[in-house]
Amino acid sequence: MARMKFLCDADRCIECNACVTACKNEHDVPWGINRRRVVTINDGLPGERSVTMACMHCTDAPCAAVCPVDCFYTTEDAVVLHSKDLCIGCGYCFYACPFGAPQYPRTTNFGSRGKMDKCTFCSGGPEPDSSAIEYAKYGSNRLAEGKLPLCAEMCSTKSLLAGDGEVIAAIYRERVTQRGYGSGAWGWRTAYGETVEV
Amino acid sequence: MAGPGAARTRRTETGEKMRLLTLAGPVRTALAVVILSFGLIAAPGPAGSQSGSNPTAEAVQERQLLEELGRVQGRITIPDQRAMVLQQPQGRDYRAIHEAALPWLGAILIIGMLAVLAGFYFYRGRIRTLEPETGVTIERFNWAERFTHWVTATAFVILAITGLNYVFGKRLLMPLIGPDAFSAWSQFAKYTHTAMAWLFMAGVVVMFALWIKDNIPDRYDLPWLKAGGGMFDRTNRTHPPAARFNAGQKMVFWAVVLGGIVLSASGILLLLPFRFTDVNGMQLAQIVHSLVGMIMIAIILAHIYIGTLGMVGAFDAMGSGQVSLTWAKEHHKVWVDKQQAKTETGRRQVPPRRTATSAR
Repeated sequence: MARMKFLCDADRCIECNACVTACKNEHDVPWGINRRRVVTINDGLPGERSVTMACMHCTDAPCAAVCPVDCFYTTEDAVVLHSKDLCIGCGYCFYACPFGAPQYPRTTNFGSRGKMDKCTFCSGGPEPDSSAIEYAKYGSNRLAEGKLPLCAEMCSTKSLLAGDGEVIAAIYRERVTQRGYGSGAWGWRTAYGETVEV
Repeated sequence: MAGPGAARTRRTETGEKMRLLTLAGPVRTALAVVILSFGLIAAPGPAGSQSGSNPTAEAVQERQLLEELGRVQGRITIPDQRAMVLQQPQGRDYRAIHEAALPWLGAILIIGMLAVLAGFYFYRGRIRTLEPETGVTIERFNWAERFTHWVTATAFVILAITGLNYVFGKRLLMPLIGPDAFSAWSQFAKYTHTAMAWLFMAGVVVMFALWIKDNIPDRYDLPWLKAGGGMFDRTNRTHPPAARFNAGQKMVFWAVVLGGIVLSASGILLLLPFRFTDVNGMQLAQIVHSLVGMIMIAIILAHIYIGTLGMVGAFDAMGSGQVSLTWAKEHHKVWVDKQQAKTETGRRQVPPRRTATSAR
């Protein structure tokens, strides 16, 4: 089984937001929920970099650890998923997540956030694969169809890579070697405890 | 002989002229200053390399940002401004405290307090009055005081149970009832917790107003504390004098007021997420709220013990409001003397008719 990871090559990201749009469209994500987003650092300054970020599907995920109802689980592909039936919308996972991945349908006060929603690495939830109920709750299940996440597939500059950690790290390493520079795999150390050494 | 050297010279001259045409001297200088100053702001450290071949020489580096600022953030084009924080590794620290330190601290505080109380019970037993009961009573708490106490107490107990569920529920209750039932209960518990919070906050405010005047430290407190309140005297002969509240009760009062303020402030931050603070502030609020909550639970356990099982006659104060005069004299001598100076029996009396007439 593969160990699924995301890798954003920040030297390629042009902040076109195609990944964000692809994700929203593929999973019919409601307004206000951003499973994926693009953050631009040092905007307008030399050395500006844009990074697309979603759930990184961490090794030993902090969200799963702090969940008071243990609604998270990790699939065979090392994708971190959760059950919306068990989630109580307490918000702890957002506090624990280093990447701001968990999203809530309501931002109203007094603890009524609704069920948490986040990137599923295009692999649905605990319901049967590709069922209507799974689509309604978690969006489409591309992994079950043998496809990789749509955000990476739609990436206009192939900055965002999604797939087996070993494979995408090798692609990134090759790129860095060929062009002679690379600002690193953003978030990898925090998410996986290791980075891509070139 | 006009060779290739002359041609080269001519071309250079033309190039120089063209550049001068496009950019007048002063403009060029100004532009250079602007670009340089931007460069200085963006890369204060290892900048200066003007290499055009390596764009990452000036690029923001993740590790540098994390080391300098502790987190990575930038600009975002979506309305949710929380999303501009790209990476906050502090989430890992929050998780470590929340999952490792907090359950242990809570268990030690609560089980430790229960053990101390059990030990105290075996050492001292139920504390009884030294003198025989006479059946005469004196009013200790009026209906408003009792009502406020019990509203706050009920709210606190519900808040404590539903609050502990956040930390210990998945460890103790979930294995017993299964994830689905536990999730349903936790959802209910969460809404109950957020609803009861308001009752508790109101209760603390009213209790503060009702009892602040009797909880200012006075000259009886230090001797009372030195004597341990007479709690450790198995002969039951030590009864240091106290006014309406002894030093121990005052400590409970101030713990409830101060703890209540911290719980309310951190709780309001949690009730209105991200309204007043960012993600790191929310983490801190959550940790402080849980920790102070657990300390309060331990303190209130002691309060419940001494008010019920630990001392015969103490419960009446908050039950009927009438305590036995013997009990009151032994535990709150100064207060009883003062009350009896007001009226003969210490009971509240109907104002004398004379006063009512003269008022009219």
